[in-house]
Amino acid sequence: MKLIVTSQGPEATDPVDPRFGRAPYFLVCDVETGGFTALDNRDQAAAAQGAGVQAAQIVAGSGAQIVLTGHCGPKAFAVLSEAGLQVYAGATGSVQDAVHAWYEGKLELLATPDGIPHH
Amino acid sequence: MRIAVASGKGGTGKTTVAVNLALTAARAGLSVHLGDCDVEEPNARLFLDVAFEAPRDVSVPVPVIDAAICNHCGACAKICAFNAIACLPDRTLVFLDLCHSCAGCWLVCPQAAITQGTRVLGELTSGTGRELAATQGLLRVGETVVPPLIRAVKDAAGPAAWVILDAPPGTSCPVVETMKGVDFVLLVTEPTPFGRHDLELAVRLTRSVGLPCGVVINRAGGTPDLIDAFCAREGLPVLARIPFKRTVAAACAEGRLAIEADQDVAAAMTGLFHALRDREAAA
Amino acid sequence: MTELVVCSGKGGTGKTSIVASLAALAHQPVLADCDVDAANLHLVLAPTIARTTPFVAGRRAVIRAEECTGCGLCAELCRFDAIERVADPVRGASCRINAVGCEGCGVCVHFCPAGAIDFPPARCGEWYLSETRFGPLVHANLDTGAENSGKLVTLVREQARSTAAARGRDLILSDGPPGIGCPVTASLTGADHTLLVTEPSQSGLHDLGRVLELVDHFGVPAQVCINKYDLSLPLSGAIDAWCAGRGIPVVGHIPFEPLTSDAQMAGRSLVEYAPDCEASVAIRGVWREISRRLPGGRGDADTRCARPIPLVARAPRP
Repeated sequence: MKLIVTSQGPEATDPVDPRFGRAPYFLVCDVETGGFTALDNRDQAAAAQGAGVQAAQIVAGSGAQIVLTGHCGPKAFAVLSEAGLQVYAGATGSVQDAVHAWYEGKLELLATPDGIPHH
Repeated sequence: MRIAVASGKGGTGKTTVAVNLALTAARAGLSVHLGDCDVEEPNARLFLDVAFEAPRDVSVPVPVIDAAICNHCGACAKICAFNAIACLPDRTLVFLDLCHSCAGCWLVCPQAAITQGTRVLGELTSGTGRELAATQGLLRVGETVVPPLIRAVKDAAGPAAWVILDAPPGTSCPVVETMKGVDFVLLVTEPTPFGRHDLELAVRLTRSVGLPCGVVINRAGGTPDLIDAFCAREGLPVLARIPFKRTVAAACAEGRLAIEADQDVAAAMTGLFHALRDREAAA
Repeated sequence: MTELVVCSGKGGTGKTSIVASLAALAHQPVLADCDVDAANLHLVLAPTIARTTPFVAGRRAVIRAEECTGCGLCAELCRFDAIERVADPVRGASCRINAVGCEGCGVCVHFCPAGAIDFPPARCGEWYLSETRFGPLVHANLDTGAENSGKLVTLVREQARSTAAARGRDLILSDGPPGIGCPVTASLTGADHTLLVTEPSQSGLHDLGRVLELVDHFGVPAQVCINKYDLSLPLSGAIDAWCAGRGIPVVGHIPFEPLTSDAQMAGRSLVEYAPDCEASVAIRGVWREISRRLPGGRGDADTRCARPIPLVARAPRP
């Protein structure tokens, strides 16, 4: 199983980016091997609009089943749930910390979007 | 002649100038059409004795994806610069409030799975009164796409001798849309630092689109002010000064015509009308 | 952290002048000028700019003239009338893009048979982080005729929030744009409170109704203050009654004050320039009423208030 975490940098020790759509990197964590790979989202993070939609599409195509982030707006949430992903919000600290927090059941599974909508 | 009445700053008296100039021109014998392009907050009709017809919807084309044909190839999502389409392995989602109606998705779709639907932005209403004709656009509350509605207002203006367009405040895309294709821009301002600052922005915009402009100083005192100084420096003509009087403010507040409430305003508007007529004749 | 956005619907109701006075009265605010299209707050607050950052949003099409064959397909496909096919002495015809009209959709870029159109990111303005005598100010300048004002507003608000967090300040005071379109939507989304500044005119009342619909749409608690209320007492009364009927509190009536433009000239807020005039007293009353309603908001307003302020309890939202 794969997790994907919104990150401010390309390493697992970098801090989580609380914004879903405008996070510069996504780190994909393979739970079985514990390895991380980075997806670069910097182009999309600067999009004039719809960064969340675009980011959600990238995440949905990454093969991950679970998203860990700070907040998730309504459009990104719609795409992610249509794609069958689960979104956990409230992640803080480093990307590694977020994965541990999820493993220990400390993150909140979102049933509805909790972020500010942007257009 | 097509005249846009604009101002960087809101509340400087654009609508007052547009309405009173339109009636001054109409009473001088011209056929006049007043178009209210401030579709977010249209106010001109509050001052007009015009019976407006029932409004009709103004809409823009948006994509409708036929799920039976779409094979989720992602070409539409790729071309959409506004990120309004998300393509997932087994479905394609459209976010209409992000759509700018550029047509890219239906032009590019290899399956021809996208047809054009419509999204209503607001409504348009026109009417003809004893003295002039008018059109107003009204943006739906919560809607953010403004230029197509402004285009609709301008298209409805018809063949009048003078078309006067009341522009929205500011200097961004809705104002540019209002100014497209006009012959002259009247910039209304007031003698305050805010008024001068925003006039500067409006002048910069008018020049960048290559249109001639003149200035109307509203709420003017009796002596030359900071706007006169600015206009002298920039070589801009001051075409009218509307004196500040509480009686005029009260008349405008109550929806009455300033030219009927005050003789000095009537004289200023007549002077403005003749200045514009002279420019029209010279052109 | 609490974010109070001051809006008006109609322009020129005195919103920015009132925000400047509230900035002087508020306890350690972070200030944000969300009227990026025609920003004025800096004229009174005299900021020292600490950092300037270009605002790049979206893209703009640029034709490489030497590769354009003049076929005109781009002009035909452009939905925004931004491309013109013109006579060209060398090639017969060539196409030209009007940068102001370009929406940045990229349709021409995709379909150009000669591949002659570039699509670089577009600079639409810049934003500033500044210091003022009342606290940090985040403000911006949209390039004339530029797009994406809503995104610039969102950016200004995000920066104001992170500045407030970094400085440990609890209140963000934002000067909103007029109207009800894209930049207003961007100013109100997710805000905690809004003060709507209106004036006693038919237009003021009409526009207040429109902006209130938008405020309701976003579920932001609203309060109204009537500026220049004495220019028309009947219309002020009508606005009071209208607000009462909708359960919206009217938190103040500010008289017309000619010194307002003198204060502007002097680069001061009215409460600094003429602290004892009736309008200043009324503005302090407005701030007291607002700060009472803000969670944890601590107004520094004194208690001198010229007249009792009619207050109406807000009806529960349906």
